[in-house]
Amino acid sequence: MKNAPIVGTSVPRMEGRDKVTGHTCYVDDLVLPGMLYGATVRSRIARGKIKKFTFDTGIDWNEFAIVGPRDIPGKNCIALMEDDQPCLADGMVNHPEEALLLLAHADRHLLPKAVEGVSVEYDALPAIFTMEESEAQSHIIWGRDNTFKSYRIEKGDVDAVWQGADHIVEGEYTTGAQEQLYIENNGMIAAFDPRQGLTVWGSLQCPYYVHKALMKLFGLSADRVRVVQMETGGAFGGKEEYPSMIAAHAALLAMKAGKPVKIIYDRMEDMAATTKRHPSRTRHRTGVSKDGKILGGEIDFTIDGGAYKTLSPVVLSRGAIHAGGPYYWPSVLIRAKAVATNAPPHGAFRGFGAPQSLFALERHMDRIAQVVGLSPVEIRRRNLLKPGQTTTTGQTVTEQIDLGKLLNRALELSDYQSKKEQFAIENQQGARKKGMGIAAFLHGAGFTGSGERFLGSVVGVEASADGRLRILVSSTEFGQGTNTVLCQIAAQALGIRYEDMSIAQPDTDQVPNSGPTVASRTVMVVGKLVQSAALGIKETLAASGMLGDSYSPDEFRSACLAYVRKHGKFRCLAQFEQPEGIVWDEETYRGSAYAAFAWAVYIAEVTVDLTTYQVTVDDFVALQEIGKVLHPVLAKGQIIGGVAQGIGFALYEKVIWEQGRMQNGQMTNYIMPTSADLPTIRVYFEELGNIHGAYGAKGIGELPMDGPAPAIVNAVEDALHVPFHAIPLLPEDIFAALSESAAPERVAGSARGNE
Amino acid sequence: MTKSGARAKCEISITVNRKLETVHVYAMERLLDVLRHELGLTGTKEGCGEGECGSCSVLIDGVLVNSCLIPVLQTKGAKIVTIEGLASSGPLEALQQSFLDCGGAQCGICTPGMILAAHHLLSKNPQPTLEEIREGLSGNLCRCTGYTQILEAVAEAARRGATT
Repeated sequence: MKNAPIVGTSVPRMEGRDKVTGHTCYVDDLVLPGMLYGATVRSRIARGKIKKFTFDTGIDWNEFAIVGPRDIPGKNCIALMEDDQPCLADGMVNHPEEALLLLAHADRHLLPKAVEGVSVEYDALPAIFTMEESEAQSHIIWGRDNTFKSYRIEKGDVDAVWQGADHIVEGEYTTGAQEQLYIENNGMIAAFDPRQGLTVWGSLQCPYYVHKALMKLFGLSADRVRVVQMETGGAFGGKEEYPSMIAAHAALLAMKAGKPVKIIYDRMEDMAATTKRHPSRTRHRTGVSKDGKILGGEIDFTIDGGAYKTLSPVVLSRGAIHAGGPYYWPSVLIRAKAVATNAPPHGAFRGFGAPQSLFALERHMDRIAQVVGLSPVEIRRRNLLKPGQTTTTGQTVTEQIDLGKLLNRALELSDYQSKKEQFAIENQQGARKKGMGIAAFLHGAGFTGSGERFLGSVVGVEASADGRLRILVSSTEFGQGTNTVLCQIAAQALGIRYEDMSIAQPDTDQVPNSGPTVASRTVMVVGKLVQSAALGIKETLAASGMLGDSYSPDEFRSACLAYVRKHGKFRCLAQFEQPEGIVWDEETYRGSAYAAFAWAVYIAEVTVDLTTYQVTVDDFVALQEIGKVLHPVLAKGQIIGGVAQGIGFALYEKVIWEQGRMQNGQMTNYIMPTSADLPTIRVYFEELGNIHGAYGAKGIGELPMDGPAPAIVNAVEDALHVPFHAIPLLPEDIFAALSESAAPERVAGSARGNE
Repeated sequence: MTKSGARAKCEISITVNRKLETVHVYAMERLLDVLRHELGLTGTKEGCGEGECGSCSVLIDGVLVNSCLIPVLQTKGAKIVTIEGLASSGPLEALQQSFLDCGGAQCGICTPGMILAAHHLLSKNPQPTLEEIREGLSGNLCRCTGYTQILEAVAEAARRGATT
């Protein structure tokens, strides 16, 4: 019997009905009996020694549970990569908003005043707020040299490039911090039972990250810590690592108070204290032939990690690997470095370093085009990677991707050429200047290098007592569609109905560790494992004689029921195995960085209004090759949402820092795009397939974050003929640059001939 | 955090989703908190607490408001509609169904407010243009969707003749 395909169709979102009726239960909607509310006393200074706490005598402190570092039963750290970040500062603070003390009370109305009622005296120490200060090492604030991690990616012989180059093109490009701005603030509830151990419920991406952090902090064994993900109202990386901190705080208060404790951040606390996208600086020096071929180059990529290491080495790695983009570099030297400053640690945000380094590269490609005297289209066309060529890490492009064709299609879809000609005429007069900009890029799916092998993810599929199948994964839903797509994959694998599938709430007591929900890995890596585990169920039924070769969905369900009745629990697990041919050398940073890349060409059409200096994106074409599209509506939603965040990254979202503290931690003064600010974002797919992903899928979650910013800033330059090298690009920046360029023309960068 | 202006609690009667409720609350308590904590209507969400994001949108006497900015005293005698006042069990309303069909809900946290804003728009203007939908929803922030599929959902509901 041939079943209608499920993969490739837009089935209803698994948890969609609850979301449109308001029934979905997020952590702030959960109330436990006798629950207290928790709050955090935070550092007001960037760096210094804590001398003394003074408690306002007008408050009855006996009513409060108060927790300090001495109350931590295990090690005072948030375990992640290196245990350098304390759960509560003990004697020394290293950034503003660092947690010092915790308070809990039954009446949440009393907490803000109580937090204000704790005064802290410090011996302030000199602090560092920029990457340049950190590199100068006038003060050492972390380790021996203020450097969390550095990498060197080397291919060919760059030193030999300069001699033969017709042009050497240099440029420096910077990107700012960006807040994830999920609409649901961070929150966590914890309960402690001396016999059973610790349970936390929260808004989070990675249950087993929280689990690991709590085990170390409390000195508890794995079976005495339970982490449950509640429905999560947006994450984008922003709920990858910081939820471990909040869970730790709620858990410490719950243990001290002997009652469950809920901590919900308000917007300002969430913005000021939790992670943001790493600010970056990229320097390019590229040798190019007179016909526009890249001969080789040096790329220096530096990110600001904030005060503790957290995930900075991994963000740095992805940024460095993507720094060469979708182009062929015969020789390249990429030097990457994550440095410490006294700001709250920067962290995961969709794209994870790649939007930063790709902004630089795609701006730089336009600069190279100008120096060589080619169009932005032609400079890209002449350098795009081809099958058989190698990336900067020496990974051979094995799939039959035709990036030139992708570029052509994007040009057609955006009506690029005729618009360029039209704008060139129209821009000669009037105060509204229009421009077109291109970005070509790629994004690696799954963990970098050997990451997936080290993770060794496990997934389960089980038959429930009612004969329905349930997927068991720690991969979380936070809007992207994890629940839906994994259920589609299992249903398709078994030839049963999508409606016969369900997925367990991520709960470390119930689900195996399928790895963190990050790195565009869920559909490709976890999806493939779900497919294997589902097939395991079918094979077991067939081997037991309960299922024939051909069956209807009802017969499959009956067979599951019969098996459960006879044998009890019926569960199949599948574990990740590294595919052959994916070889990575962590020491030299050579080899296959990713099992698959998604490829894209984005084109932005903008208007710059010379009365207000506001940039408006009028049209946006997002064309990508993402393997097979498993769910058209969800896939399109991922792309549009990522492009919108990319437009915010380019044109709207600016974190104002003062002494390491965010000054505009409100939605009133940190501006993200509204429905009135964005164009209709046009999404197109090419589908080559991918042997490593479930039904040919690659990862797509992060890809759309990489391209919008450079495409838009390239379009702004096209409109104004003034180059911009930094984002966010706000009206005041354009005003300042135009005022300056009214003076004699500056040389754009330091391009020079080499004859 | 809630700012309770008045110390003493008082009794206030409001009609919520066609049901008369009497609550014993601080007069200056936010309507958002009264709905969530006193009446257990947790479909109304807090995103920013300062009237920027629209996640806490409800209808008061047919007017779309941010419930985080409204002291409950101000709603005395008013008729309030929250997301729970639309279809809750059984068949969905056209607008809810079109949000599902078009991908208008991703993480879901802005969805109740967004649906109420769309409901309000369609009640005033049953056949809005795309620009009118953009404008009508511009007080409600969504970080997941980039809005395109939300706009499509509202247009689709209008096409299906959403009755509000």
